[in-house]
Amino acid sequence: MKRREFLSSLAVLGVASTLPATGKAAEVSGGQPWEPGKIQTPPTPPRKGGLQFLTQHEFDTVGAIAERFIPADELSISGKEAGCATFIDRQLAGDYGRAATLYRRGRFIKGTHEQGPQSALTPAERYRQGLKALDAATRKRFGKAFVALSTEQQEQVLHAMEANDIDLGPDVDTKALFELLLQNVREGFLADPIYGGNKGMASWKMIGFPGARYDFRDLLSKKGQKLNIIPTSLIDNAL
Amino acid sequence: MKNVRPKADVAIVGLGWCGSLIAEELTRAGLNVVAIERGPWFETATDFPPSVDTDELRWDTRRGMLLPPAVETSTFRNNSNQKALPTRDWNLNEMGYNVGGSGTHWAGMAWRFTPFDLEPYTQTVKRYGEKQITDGLILQDWGVTYDELEPFYDRFEKIAGVSGKAGRLNGETIPDGNPFEGNRSSEYPLPPLEGMRLTDIFRDATKAMGYHPFMVPAGQASRAYVNPLGVRMGPCTYCGYCLYYGCGNFSKSSPNACVIPALMQRENFTVLTESAVVRVNKAADGKTATGVTYIDRNNQEWEQPADIVVLSAFQMQNVRLLLLSKIGQPYNPITKTGVVGRAYSFQTVSGANLFFEDENLNQFIGAGALSQQIDDFNGDNFDHSELGFIGGAGILVVARGARPIGNADLLPPGTPRWGKDWKKAYTHAFQNATFIFGQGTSYSHEDYYLDLDPEYTDDYGLPLLRVTFDYNENDRRSAKFIEEKSVAIGKAMGAKTVVGTNSASGHYSPYNLASDHTIGGAVMGTDPKTSVLNRYQQSWDMHNLFVLGASSFPNNAGYNPTGTIGALSLWTAKAIIEQYLKNPGPLVKV
Repeated sequence: MKRREFLSSLAVLGVASTLPATGKAAEVSGGQPWEPGKIQTPPTPPRKGGLQFLTQHEFDTVGAIAERFIPADELSISGKEAGCATFIDRQLAGDYGRAATLYRRGRFIKGTHEQGPQSALTPAERYRQGLKALDAATRKRFGKAFVALSTEQQEQVLHAMEANDIDLGPDVDTKALFELLLQNVREGFLADPIYGGNKGMASWKMIGFPGARYDFRDLLSKKGQKLNIIPTSLIDNAL
Repeated sequence: MKNVRPKADVAIVGLGWCGSLIAEELTRAGLNVVAIERGPWFETATDFPPSVDTDELRWDTRRGMLLPPAVETSTFRNNSNQKALPTRDWNLNEMGYNVGGSGTHWAGMAWRFTPFDLEPYTQTVKRYGEKQITDGLILQDWGVTYDELEPFYDRFEKIAGVSGKAGRLNGETIPDGNPFEGNRSSEYPLPPLEGMRLTDIFRDATKAMGYHPFMVPAGQASRAYVNPLGVRMGPCTYCGYCLYYGCGNFSKSSPNACVIPALMQRENFTVLTESAVVRVNKAADGKTATGVTYIDRNNQEWEQPADIVVLSAFQMQNVRLLLLSKIGQPYNPITKTGVVGRAYSFQTVSGANLFFEDENLNQFIGAGALSQQIDDFNGDNFDHSELGFIGGAGILVVARGARPIGNADLLPPGTPRWGKDWKKAYTHAFQNATFIFGQGTSYSHEDYYLDLDPEYTDDYGLPLLRVTFDYNENDRRSAKFIEEKSVAIGKAMGAKTVVGTNSASGHYSPYNLASDHTIGGAVMGTDPKTSVLNRYQQSWDMHNLFVLGASSFPNNAGYNPTGTIGALSLWTAKAIIEQYLKNPGPLVKV
C-alpha cells in the first residue's frame, strides 16, 4: 500500500476510519511478501501546463513573490523561472494542500506559541484566503493588486509581512502567511525538479548539492576539497 | 459477531526494534508469536530502494515515512493550569508507521548508556548527597545495572552490525575510543565509519583542549557484514540519506535489514499489518491479560487472544495503551501518587551553530551517525559538586548529509532570509555552516506527566494522550553549562561566528525539534509505588504483560535511546524464556 494513496483516499472520502482495501495482505507469514508491480516509484512529474489549484491571478501573484524571494542574479535564475509557482500549485492540489496528514479535529482554539498552529484551514485554503487579503491590503495602500506593484513596492510589502507589520484582516495571521509562502517557495526552488520547480537543478548548481546521488565512497579521500559534482535528479532515475 | 483469531502464545503490539527483537527470541524458543502492526508491510527492495530514497521533500520535509498526526497525535500544554491543545502538525514525536517502526527511519546512533545512567539515584547520593537533587526531580534507579545489561548490549550491537571503536574493553582503556563508557566484553562488530572534514576538525580541536573525542557508534555498516541471525548487510555508501529515510543499501541497522528477514522465515511467526491495537484485554479478576483487541484496515474489530502480551509500540503509544486499558494506577500530579504517566521526560539539548569562513565541509557526504563526540561532560563523568545539577550531555558534530530545504535558515545572525543577499549567504553557508549538538540528559519532574486528554480523540473516538511538560531547573542548568562548553569548542574549531543554542532557555515546545527522544511514563524500577514495571519490564499489575521501549526509562541519558531499548528487549526475552515460561508469575516478588 502506498500511504499517499491511503491518505488521499481518506481525504476524499472524508471518513478517516474507513480504510480502503489494498492489494497487500494484512496477514503476513511464511517469508517476506514481494509482489511485482507494487514497488515504490519516484513521484510522477507534474503534468506540464495548466493549473490544478491556483487561479491564473493567484499563480501570477505566487510567481511574483517567488521572484522577490529568489531574484535572478549571477547565482541562478529566479524562483519564478525555476517553477516555484507551478510547484506550489501542484502541492496545493495534493495531500499537502489538503492537510491530509495533519490532525484536523475540533475544537480549534487559539493556544500558546508553544502549542503551535491551531487553524482549521488547510494550506490550500490559507493560500486562497491569504492572497485575497494581500491584494486587498495592497489595493488599500497602493491602489493596485500585489502583482501589479513595482519590484520595490513588492519588496516593501514582503518586508512588512515578515515583520508582522501589515494588517491582512482579522482572519489572516500575517506572519504565519509569510512563513508559509517563504517555506513553499524555498521548497519549490530547492526540492528535486521532479516536483515541478528547481528547473535545470538551478538551486543545486548554485549551492553545490549533488542531488539524487547514493554513493560517495570514491570521494571519501577528498576531505575538505571543492568537488564540483554535476548534480542528478530523480527525473533521471524515473527514465 | 465477535471476530476472534486463534490464540497465540504471544501477542506483540508494534513491530519495530523491540517487537522484532523479542519476536526473534521467542519464536526461536518455539513459541507461536503474532505481531500486530499499525502500519503497512515495509521492506527495503520494494518500499525504499535507492531510486526513491534521495528525495528530501518527500521523506524529510513532508515526513513521508512517519505516523501522520491525522492518524494519531497527542495534546500538549506546558503546565497543568493550561488547556492542552492537539499537536496538529509534524512535530518531534516521530513515531513509525510501518513494519520496522521508528527503526526504519532513525539516524543510527547506536549507544550504550553509562552505568550511572541506570543507577542515577544511588550514584548521585553516594557522590554528592541528597542536596544535589533539585526540588521535585524524580530520580530513581532502573532496577537493572549496566553490568547485567552488558551481554545484551553486546548481542544487540552484533545483530545491528554497529560500527565503532571500544574505549573500555575487558578492563583496558583503548586509545581513540570513549574512555568514559561502561566496560565492554568485546569490540564492536565493525570498525568505525570513515571520518569527514567536519569530524576531523572537531576531533583535533577537542583533543587539543584536553578532551577525549571518539567516533560515535554507528548503525551504519562500515563493511559488508553477516549478523548472528544470518542476515547480510551491505557497506554504507555515505549517501547521507538516513534520518527520516529508509536505507536502500541494506547498510543502516534496522529491523527491516537486520531482524525481520530472519523472523519471516519462522513458521511460528505471523504479522498482522494495518491493524491498530486499541486495548489490552484483561481476565475477569484483572490480574492477567487475555490478549489484545485491534481494528483492522476494513474497520473491523478483532480479538487476538494470547498467553503473553508484549507492548512494543512507540513510548507514547505504550503509555496510552496502558491508560486506555486501565492497567496500573494513573499518576496524580496533586497527590503525587500513581505510576502510569509518571516520570515522563524528553531530552535537554543545547549546543552551538558554527559558521566557518572558507571551508568545503561537503556535508552531503555522510551518514546519520557519522559523528565525533566527547563524553567529558556527559552523565557523571565530571565533578558536579559546585554546579547545582546532575547529568550533562554528549557533545558532538554529525556529518549526516545535507538538506537543501532543511538547512535554508542555518545562517549567521542578521542574514536576510530571502532576496539576493540570502542566496549569496546560503550558497556560502551550505559549505560553511554546521552545528555542535549537546545531546543532554533529562530527569523527569513530579509536575510533568502523561494522561488521557479530556476532549480530543482519534478517529476511533479514543482519547489522545495529553502531554504536560516543561524543562525543570536541573535541565536548565545543565543545558546552560553545555551551551557554554559547546561555544568554546566551536571557537577552538576555528569557526568565524559561533552562536550558542539552548532549547531549554525558554519553554518546551513539541515544534522545537531539538531531539525526538521522548521517554518514560511506564517506567521500570524496584518499587511498584514508583514504577509500572519491574526490572524485567514486566507489569507489576499483570504478570503476563511486558512493556518494551523508551517508556521504561525513568530518566534520559545524553545518548540516543535505541541501543538501550534493544538491550532491554533482549534482557526481557531471556527472562521470559528462562524464568517466566517455567513458572508464569511475577519475576520479582514485592
